Amino acid sequence: MDVLSRYEPLIDDFAAFEAACERPLPSVVRVNGIKATPGRARTALDAEGIEHEPCGWHPGLLELDTDHPGRTWGAFHGWLHGQEEVSALPATVCDPEPGERVWAACAAPGGKDRNLGRLSALRFNAERLGVTSMAVTNRDARNYSLNPFDFDEFDRALCDVPCSCEGTIRKNPDAPEQWSLGYLDEIASTQEAILRRAIQTTRPGGTVVYSTCTFAPEENEAVLDRALDREDCSSGRASASIRACGEPSGSIPT
Amino acid sequence: MSEPSDGLAENHGSRFDRLPATPAEREVAGRATREAVLDFWDERYGIDPSVFADYSFWEKGSRKLWAFRGAIDSPIAIESLGITFLRTRQEHWKPTTDAVQRFGRHATRNVLTLSREAARRFVAGEDQAIEWDGDWGYLIVAHDLAGEREPLGVGLYLHGELRSQIPKGRRRELEGVDVDEP
Repeated sequence: MDVLSRYEPLIDDFAAFEAACERPLPSVVRVNGIKATPGRARTALDAEGIEHEPCGWHPGLLELDTDHPGRTWGAFHGWLHGQEEVSALPATVCDPEPGERVWAACAAPGGKDRNLGRLSALRFNAERLGVTSMAVTNRDARNYSLNPFDFDEFDRALCDVPCSCEGTIRKNPDAPEQWSLGYLDEIASTQEAILRRAIQTTRPGGTVVYSTCTFAPEENEAVLDRALDREDCSSGRASASIRACGEPSGSIPT
Repeated sequence: MSEPSDGLAENHGSRFDRLPATPAEREVAGRATREAVLDFWDERYGIDPSVFADYSFWEKGSRKLWAFRGAIDSPIAIESLGITFLRTRQEHWKPTTDAVQRFGRHATRNVLTLSREAARRFVAGEDQAIEWDGDWGYLIVAHDLAGEREPLGVGLYLHGELRSQIPKGRRRELEGVDVDEP
């Protein structure tokens, strides 16, 4: 079945939605504030003759005129990290203060494949970016224990959960081929368990951010509804003005 | 380096142990002390100990030291804590590429600044003949980028040759045209 046609009744201008899904992704990097300012990162790109354009809504995001953002001095020095523009959104909404403890419940990169290689990818990137304030554990987020640590709650949590990845269709057109309703059921229960554990381990008054890269309401609104029903928490509202290269802005409820 | 001595425990490879502040507090044979680590960066590279004031130092794996910004109870059995930053197994201690990229900006000696072309060869992992009047051994290798000196990694300087110590996974072939080649 055509995965995206499910959404036709939900979307006003479905043709525009389909056209958006077919547009190729631009090459975007985030400037790593630990190591460089956006100004210095841009000066280095100028020196390499690589054109760059800031992505208005986020001062640290730059769209580059190259297919190889990893092959730049900025990337080598850990000033730049290649990521989709939208991937900066969960952290922007989470918005931790200096000194706070944040649990990134699904920090290792890489869609729904699960293997230890993702853990070394996480460590490799963290060290290249000079992230010295991070501790990495390898355990199931659904029943996560804070046992190894000398504290018993987090200030904030970020659940960028594994999902059906429908939204990655712009970089991976084959993504929908693995799609099934059975997978949605299975992954939604995993997502709910991760989100609920994050709520339980976050202090009263703290913030939990839930994000996916899928359109499926089964993995988004339905998961939030169940977590809100079953845990001691309430939904908040965050807004981030996303104005990506001529596309309209919007706000994201959390 | 101190020899293992009677009554002291062995290093534990699967957990992080905070370094003792001084030799008097040492419980594991041969383990570096915080004092010795601060002295190393200060004496070898001129990095003031105050740069590391907010960091705790840890050992996991044999003689592999980690720097963590913050404090946490020791020991702790987890995958990683901060970044790897110093190897103390050999007589000459060796900083990691990531540590030099993170802290090397504060260095005031034993820093070798390369031209852009030599920097390109260095990050590709090539060894090259370079004139250098300073100390031999592990140097912080840098170049000028966007108006300031920026550390690239560690080079081993011996007999007129700079040997790149950039690990395989961090090497890059950077071929972009530089508009302002220094």
